[in-house]
Amino acid sequence: MFEGWDAVVLARAQFAFTMSFHIVFPAFSIGLASYLAVLEALWLITRREVFINLFNYWLKIFAVAFGMGVVSGIVMSYQFGTNWSSFADKTGPVIGPMMAYEVLTAFFLEAGFLGVMLFGLERVGPRLHFVATLMVAIGTLISAFWILSANSWMQTPAGHAVNADGQFVAADWLKVIFNPSFPYRLVHMVLAAYLTTSLVVGAVGAWHLLRDQHLAGARVMFSMAMWMATLVAPIQILAGDQHGLNTLEHQPAKVMAMEGHYQSHKDGAPLILFGWPDQAEAKVKYAIEVPKLSSLILKHSLDAPLAGLDTVPRENWPPVPITFWSFRIMVGLGFLILGLGLFSLLMRWRGMMYQSQLLHRFAVLMGPAGFIAVLAGWITTETGRQPFTVYGLLRTTDSASPLAAPAVGSSLIAFIIVYFAVFTAGVIYILRLMAQPPHPGEQGPTKDLPARAAGITPAAGAVEGVR
Amino acid sequence: MIDLAIIWAFIIAFAVFVYVVMDGFDLGLGILFPLFPQKADRDVIMNTVAPVWDGNETWLVLGGGGMMAAFPLAYAVLMPALYTPMIAMLLGLVFRGVAFEFRWRTQKARNKWDLAFAGGSLVATLAQGIALGAILQGIHVEGRHYAGGWWDWLTPFSVLTGIALVIGYALLGATWLVMKTEGELRERAYHLSWMLLVAMLCAIGAVSIATPFLAVQYTQRWFAWPDIILTAPVPIAVAAVTALLLRALGNRNDHQPFFLVLALFALSYAGLGISMYPYIVPQSITIWQAASPANSQIFMLFGVSILVPLILGYTAWAYWVFRGKVRPGHGYH
Repeated sequence: MFEGWDAVVLARAQFAFTMSFHIVFPAFSIGLASYLAVLEALWLITRREVFINLFNYWLKIFAVAFGMGVVSGIVMSYQFGTNWSSFADKTGPVIGPMMAYEVLTAFFLEAGFLGVMLFGLERVGPRLHFVATLMVAIGTLISAFWILSANSWMQTPAGHAVNADGQFVAADWLKVIFNPSFPYRLVHMVLAAYLTTSLVVGAVGAWHLLRDQHLAGARVMFSMAMWMATLVAPIQILAGDQHGLNTLEHQPAKVMAMEGHYQSHKDGAPLILFGWPDQAEAKVKYAIEVPKLSSLILKHSLDAPLAGLDTVPRENWPPVPITFWSFRIMVGLGFLILGLGLFSLLMRWRGMMYQSQLLHRFAVLMGPAGFIAVLAGWITTETGRQPFTVYGLLRTTDSASPLAAPAVGSSLIAFIIVYFAVFTAGVIYILRLMAQPPHPGEQGPTKDLPARAAGITPAAGAVEGVR
Repeated sequence: MIDLAIIWAFIIAFAVFVYVVMDGFDLGLGILFPLFPQKADRDVIMNTVAPVWDGNETWLVLGGGGMMAAFPLAYAVLMPALYTPMIAMLLGLVFRGVAFEFRWRTQKARNKWDLAFAGGSLVATLAQGIALGAILQGIHVEGRHYAGGWWDWLTPFSVLTGIALVIGYALLGATWLVMKTEGELRERAYHLSWMLLVAMLCAIGAVSIATPFLAVQYTQRWFAWPDIILTAPVPIAVAAVTALLLRALGNRNDHQPFFLVLALFALSYAGLGISMYPYIVPQSITIWQAASPANSQIFMLFGVSILVPLILGYTAWAYWVFRGKVRPGHGYH
């Protein structure tokens, strides 16, 4: 099997597949960890029972999602070596330390306090437990910091030199870490994670409000989620715009692919709304376009000239159709999310927040929108970087391991089978948890097990102390 | 004499050892799972590690990530050479990792996730042991690349080290249960510890006899004068620890056996270090050849020297929070 296949293409498929599965979980758990910290803080301040109920409700879901994020993440940390060993050899001195710092400052923090967060409330008391929750939430954000810095360096490399062995080495660590696209990417991704989570929380709240308008927990979570979406969506659109301008400055070919601009435009480039990019013929077929709008967005001037891919050597072109369409999916969903936020604001103003079935249905539909937008955004930025792994400096074809196609193909199939089997089950378990309404006296992962025999006292006496 | 490459070799070796110590016993519990068919026993076994398994596995990420950062050439050569065992290990870890949460979320499919936990743990351990053997027996390198095939790792020796590690982790798991459980479950754990200890000693013996004859360097390292002054204490210490272990099991001291097995692991690990040093890829790449530029290693050294003690501190705290015996039906879950 796989004789005659291109091993690099298979390795790319494998990375794209395992990465796409993985990113879904951190995108959710970054936001959810922060949400849990907020819920617990509100409970500690107000002592209102609804907050601890919601905390326990979402904690169970967090536990399942976080576990899947961990195991799919371990795979990623070894993919660089197994399938991309030339990349690992050449960029290890620069990217390796950033990933090592991610492990040291983030993964251990999350993992070290996760056990206490999930199972330790009665053992350490509410205050220390809140510290554990906070540490997990901070850990997810630190993790985002380092991994996005590493990714951004691949997009907009800076602060490096090349040594005699052909390895990239750091000349200035601050320039490496705070490379030109990093601040934009970090803001854009963390906001995306918050939006994704708020849409999931909002959808679950709306789902239960459709059944019972008076359910206290559903009301609180729905209201919180809609505030989040309303406030963050416009900021995210602004951040995305700034990120795009940064990309135009540092990775112009990617923006050309996103815009579908095969040709240069001397006096004002049109915004192609939709169309079918044909890479072979180097034009966008059936294009529906608004004249000069692209120049207005990217250059803030109707008549500003805008270069196209015809100024870039053909062997350096990214695959336009994928970049073009994934970008449109992301942007389209972004505006839909904005629409949901504004609609919820209108309903809130009219006092119909918990009554409007139309709003609730819309929110339920938008539940997965954040995930799709995150995936589409990552596909845009990663395929837009092609045909390089380190933009302009290291080609994807020069990054792969010296492996035969059958090895890479077989492992790809193994990953596909295992991931679909395992993560489908996980998503079903999460949906089952979400299908239960949050109720008074909600239990965390500590005591809610079906396994538990009736009448046994709570976990306080579970383990005898060392005497 | 002591330079950055040596410091980093010790740091990576330390990370991998902490991984072996911490994930070793919880993989061992997975390996032993089929021997405890009762649901109540399985719940207790799971609950002894549920709060800490994630932290345990993080050391594996540090070992991998740290190696890419400090010895990128070794990482780039070893990973393709160990391709199949590595992928098998990762997939095994996926199955066992999700089982911790999934088995509590379903009644119908619980047995399936128990099987995933056991099978995943066994496969991951076997793969780690095989990878170790494959590294020891030598890897075909040309220039800066692995130059062998994708089945080179499979030899009788690597299978032997694979089985040896399965026995070793199972022994760690059994003595962990002795420490963390009570009643009938602890009795069975004691019984298993005896049998696994005998098997482990046979495995250490077999691997020790086979290793020096794999390549010339190992033979000289272990038997040539004056190195033997340094190497001879290792087997002597193994014998001493074994004697203490037999006594602790005989006296039914619940806490000592686990830590004595850890000492056995540490000695075997030191033996490996003696065999390999100064190569990171035996016979082809030394730690100096594989080392990152000094500024990468120094940059990380700052972080490691501040953060690792901190990490060990709060990890110890997490273990302290969940200290003591776990009883049926009283899990953290």
